[in-house]
Amino acid sequence: MAYSEKVMEHFANPRNVGELEDANGIGEVGNPKCGDIMKMYIKVENGIIEKVSFKTFGCGAAIATSSMATELIKGKSIDDALKLTNKAVMEALDGLPPVKVHCSVLAEQAIKAAVSDYYKRQGIDPEPIVGKIPECDHEDGSCGCSV
Amino acid sequence: MNKIIYADNAATTKLSPTAFEAMKPYLLDIYGNPSSLYKLGIQSRKAVDTARETVANCINAEPREIFFLSGGSEADNWAIKGAAELGARKGKKHIISSKFEHHAVLHTLEYLEKHGFEVTLLDVHKDGLVRPEELENAIREDTALVTIMTANNEIGTIQPVKELAAICKKHNVLFHTDAVQAVGTIPIDVKDIGCDMLSMSGHKFHGPKGVGAIYIRKGIILPNLIHGGAQERGMRAGTENIAGVVGMSVALKESCEKMAVRNARLEKMRDRLIDGLLKINRSHINGDRISRLPGNVNMCFEGVEGESLLLMLDMKGIEASSGSACTSGSLDPSHVLLAIGLPHEIAHGSLRLTFSDDNTEEDIDEILTAVPSVVEKLRSMSPLWEKIIKENK
Repeated sequence: MAYSEKVMEHFANPRNVGELEDANGIGEVGNPKCGDIMKMYIKVENGIIEKVSFKTFGCGAAIATSSMATELIKGKSIDDALKLTNKAVMEALDGLPPVKVHCSVLAEQAIKAAVSDYYKRQGIDPEPIVGKIPECDHEDGSCGCSV
Repeated sequence: MNKIIYADNAATTKLSPTAFEAMKPYLLDIYGNPSSLYKLGIQSRKAVDTARETVANCINAEPREIFFLSGGSEADNWAIKGAAELGARKGKKHIISSKFEHHAVLHTLEYLEKHGFEVTLLDVHKDGLVRPEELENAIREDTALVTIMTANNEIGTIQPVKELAAICKKHNVLFHTDAVQAVGTIPIDVKDIGCDMLSMSGHKFHGPKGVGAIYIRKGIILPNLIHGGAQERGMRAGTENIAGVVGMSVALKESCEKMAVRNARLEKMRDRLIDGLLKINRSHINGDRISRLPGNVNMCFEGVEGESLLLMLDMKGIEASSGSACTSGSLDPSHVLLAIGLPHEIAHGSLRLTFSDDNTEEDIDEILTAVPSVVEKLRSMSPLWEKIIKENK
């Protein structure tokens, strides 16, 4: 298993790390038992993700995918952010080793979780827009651990 | 980049230059088949015989009790499957081992379970040590074999193999020990231990990779491992790895000669490192501190994940290992850390540093500078750490 240069670059110099004080959407996915937790913070204004940051507990790929995902949605509309797939995150990182694909799944879910939280705070039911975000219970593979 | 600090000697070691020099003639000039009768063959034969004597002397065995093979995994497989077959002939189909054996043992046992054997895995407790009385309680009428490692490869705990062997002898059960991490590292005397079989691997004590040996006490006739020619008394056929066994024997002799001085130095370095790393908030030492290999440090740092820890240390030129799931390529963290009762989330944050004679006090200084800063950096971006601090559990 070897990481691409891009993964290592994002791992060594992660973008948008830390809490976002004025976030109006916060999403957390993953499970300490699985070995990775991603927490994504967004600040939405007029339907645009003006600011985004993350905190991640996890392996090199988990940190790199979080970093890349935040870069990919920064300044984008919510609609565009929701269209971001784990595949796009992987491609932007020049690929991930097969056992690390689940990290990119988590990154995609973290964005959805943050957007859901934003909608909830606006009094809007997120489920029809964002869909259901699978709870990671480690057993049924919904966390992507077994992907 | 600064110099590399290699701190993963439990994974493998650097080949000893003395061993390399001893191997060279058998890779270049003395290429004869030891089974051949002419001079070139006889020279090769003599080299294999001498290597066997040397290895036997290092562990107080007789040369005829040493069989060369490809390494620790092969030795474990032969001992366990062989003893199982011997047991099955007498209707004994129960095997006892421990929860934190190497996969070469555990997966062999799983294979045997699928073939009608019953396996009992002894607890290793929080300190990573098997309790002799628990072994005695687990032995049954139909127990064919007990296999317990001499020293654990991850947390370095040294098992009371002498007591375990005595219990087996009392109950007339075969006792095998995987001593891959112990041979060449700590004193090993097969007669003193009283084991029936013992596995070792050349590259763990500065010998070459791809070569190992098994001690099988005389009087025990295991079923042949590889059918073919007369090599290894017909039990493990195949033309000998001459350069390999020569290199292994020279490395083992050298390692045993340096043992007392080396271990006194390594123990001091180890203890200083453990004490230093324990100063990190919410850090834990894994496994007993006393009954422990001289060069083994295994710690957990809450709120960080092992693979990122390793990658960041690697960027600072420190090469180590971890028992996190991410480094094992599986879903779960190391079975060893789970066996000593660590919860998953803590086991994910483990770091193993293992040292050899090549390491210095300066290496320890550098590690003591690097690890706390890397842990702090990872914790600063860890939502798990945030929770741990908030909940103060």
